[in-house]
Amino acid sequence: MSNTTATNTIELDVRTDEMLVNMGPQHPSTHGVLRLVLRTDGEVVSEVMPHIGYLHRCAEKIGENLTPRQYIPYTDRMDYLAGMNMNLGWALVVEKLMGIEVPEKGRHLRVLITELNRIASHLVGMGAYGLDLGSFSPFLYAFREREKILDLFEDVCGARLTYSYITVGGATGDLPPGWMEKCLSFLDQFVPVIDEYHTLLTSNAVFIKRTAGIGIMSPELAINYGCSGPVLRGSGVDWDLRRDGEPIFTKMYEGYDYEIVVERRGQYPADQEYPAVPLEAVLGDCWHRFYVRMLEVVQSIRLVRQAIEKYRTTEGSIGEPIKLTQKLPAGEAYLETECPRGQMGFGIVSDGNAIPWRARARSSSLANLSVVPELCRDCLIADVPAIVGSLDLVMGEIDR
Amino acid sequence: MADFTTIHKVLTERFPGATMQAVSEAVDPWIEVSVDDWPRVAQFLKDEPTLAFNYLNCITGVDYCEPDEKKAKKVKWQPHIELLYHLTSLQHKHLLVVKLMLPRWQNDEPEMIPQVPTVSNIWRTADWHEREVYDLVGIEFTGHPDLRRILCPEDWQGHPLRKDYEMPLEYHGIRGR
Repeated sequence: MSNTTATNTIELDVRTDEMLVNMGPQHPSTHGVLRLVLRTDGEVVSEVMPHIGYLHRCAEKIGENLTPRQYIPYTDRMDYLAGMNMNLGWALVVEKLMGIEVPEKGRHLRVLITELNRIASHLVGMGAYGLDLGSFSPFLYAFREREKILDLFEDVCGARLTYSYITVGGATGDLPPGWMEKCLSFLDQFVPVIDEYHTLLTSNAVFIKRTAGIGIMSPELAINYGCSGPVLRGSGVDWDLRRDGEPIFTKMYEGYDYEIVVERRGQYPADQEYPAVPLEAVLGDCWHRFYVRMLEVVQSIRLVRQAIEKYRTTEGSIGEPIKLTQKLPAGEAYLETECPRGQMGFGIVSDGNAIPWRARARSSSLANLSVVPELCRDCLIADVPAIVGSLDLVMGEIDR
Repeated sequence: MADFTTIHKVLTERFPGATMQAVSEAVDPWIEVSVDDWPRVAQFLKDEPTLAFNYLNCITGVDYCEPDEKKAKKVKWQPHIELLYHLTSLQHKHLLVVKLMLPRWQNDEPEMIPQVPTVSNIWRTADWHEREVYDLVGIEFTGHPDLRRILCPEDWQGHPLRKDYEMPLEYHGIRGR
């Protein structure tokens, strides 16, 4: 990386020794319990070794001992910031195996809830990233808006963190009366707030200095390491499972008008006023990963508005009733869905009983984290939180 | 975009002995590849322009253990381990499931875990996925640059996602079960 040569020349007059430094598992910027062992020489990091497993709760083993519907609440404890999306991933793979089709109204409800969760998740990603880089206010503001989404979730399922609303066959219940009006009024007051965030972070000179040109990931590197979601799209790879995924998932988004945000310099959706891409920013750096996430929030708002309209006008039921101990057909299925952090894959192997023989969860953050040693080679210690934060990791999902 | 039968045909023409059976009626159609030929087939899957499987989604190990006496009549399989590779081509937007069939223990010697050549030199993401499969299911990936446990502690005994795994009663003074 280009910034190291300059640093090395400065460090030449000062004698430095190679040192092993532990960052985490309790460092505030390591997002839960991530431990990074850094091999440093002065301020320059020569090697990063991530150690994971501190949150390992044997989620796959639990899945082998519960029926798929009983397992639903465990899936949202993996990615605790996007529980609805995780529920959806597991519900869809079970439906794929059982050959169930959810009615149209149920599909619109799922789009509505998961896109709302995507906004909430990206808000945390944005706020926490600001915190990583030393600015506290965006964190507070992001949580202020997220609370309102959590209020909406509390209304539908009664929980604020471990919400599990979407289940196998549809959803656990219909939306309460007056919920859609509340949701629309939230969106109306949320849209102008996004500009505030852009002022606070995206076009902030200090923020640009800390993120632009740092942790550059080429498209080939991102694909080779299996990165997904905003991390992959921030590198300019046009790939989103909402459009490119398997039919059972893409069917949900049929007839919706939205754009997939991919970093192509200067070619963002034209009808929106966004802050300009700074000159220092390079394709696939931390700034772009953050920017893609911010623009995705706008697209999710569009999706939620359309989903509410479609949900209101569609006749029919919101789901198929499935027994808690319904027997599964023998066979195996695997499905990846587009979660806020990337592609979350769930697999299920059944031997014909009600309880799956094997449950598998492939998390997007695991692949996204594995690229950290590559990105952090020869960067500065202060850049490590910037790089790790830009990947928007949730450790519960990595360790499962 | 190539469909499953086309992919299977391309593979059987290029590797007459390597691809064994193909099941197209399953929910996810899969192709079985023999363990020894797997690295060559994997390299071909990635490099061949019409296939271009450049994205490795997931590696899953599934343990089909010896059933206990009560269930023995219902169970249709012979004890073995299946290793599933889920591949995607971002360019052509097609998917493939590759299956490797392994014995539960190498040469039927207990505690000798089966060996599979690594593909981490072909898809870099396989590095961590293989470490995870090694940790939880117990399959050794030969040629892997850094095969260590990833989720369990380094001194953990056994492989927890094996079906006959028994939870330890005690670990460093912490009571189990």
